[in-house]
Amino acid sequence: MAETKAPAARPLSPHLQIYRPMLTMTMSIAHRITGAGLYFGTVLLAWWLLAAASGPNGYAKFEWFAGSLIGRLILFGYTWALIHHMLGGIRHLIWDTGRGFGPSEREWLVAANLIGSIAITVLLWTVGLLAMGGPR
Amino acid sequence: MNQPSLKHIRTPLARVRGLGAAHSGTGHFWRQRLTAVANIPLTIAAVIIIVMLLGRNQAAAAQILGSPLVAIIMLLFIASITAHMRIGMQVIIEDYVHDEIAKLVLIMANTFFTIAVALASAYGIFKLSFGV
Repeated sequence: MAETKAPAARPLSPHLQIYRPMLTMTMSIAHRITGAGLYFGTVLLAWWLLAAASGPNGYAKFEWFAGSLIGRLILFGYTWALIHHMLGGIRHLIWDTGRGFGPSEREWLVAANLIGSIAITVLLWTVGLLAMGGPR
Repeated sequence: MNQPSLKHIRTPLARVRGLGAAHSGTGHFWRQRLTAVANIPLTIAAVIIIVMLLGRNQAAAAQILGSPLVAIIMLLFIASITAHMRIGMQVIIEDYVHDEIAKLVLIMANTFFTIAVALASAYGIFKLSFGV
């Protein structure tokens, strides 16, 4: 069989690094990263449900983890990722209808996505910590 | 009788059969949006349930999670998010993994992980509901 010729060194199409970072682009990347984070975080959801089903000892182990500093940081990040991905999903559903692509509309949508996700996360944690009887 | 148009090399039979080398069409695209829409109310409901359960002991949490309405909402939530995340992770794998074997292995692992998480979560809820 004849030797395969090495492919000619053709120019490649430009990739991410040549573009100036923009908010819409950053939020697009954030949508994917939060989605991947939520994917692995479902292990915590399964653990929580199995712990509740297993009895007081199993639940105490989960509560110990959830109440620890690292546990709280993970759960805080998870809350933000969940809300951010959900609001980002709503933004994508709006875009799927062909609306919201104007220069100011799309900037407004991504800004609302980010501000909304931070505000709702802080609100949820305030309510949650109050429900648990204040920060411990 | 009209002669079949031969402007394209594809035969009329190939067009009838559907999608050619792609084998499948917009199934994932549609299901990703279907589950996305379902995820919105289900996530809001699940977050409310979780906030309601904060600070309660295991007995109280088990009783609430095992009650019919809460259990059904949580089961729907788990079904919808795991279906959604399986498609999402497959897109990520297909975007970044270009080695054929590694890609197939990861797509398989993605399916296994998603189904394991879904069934483990559902098992917990069924156990709480039926007390088995």
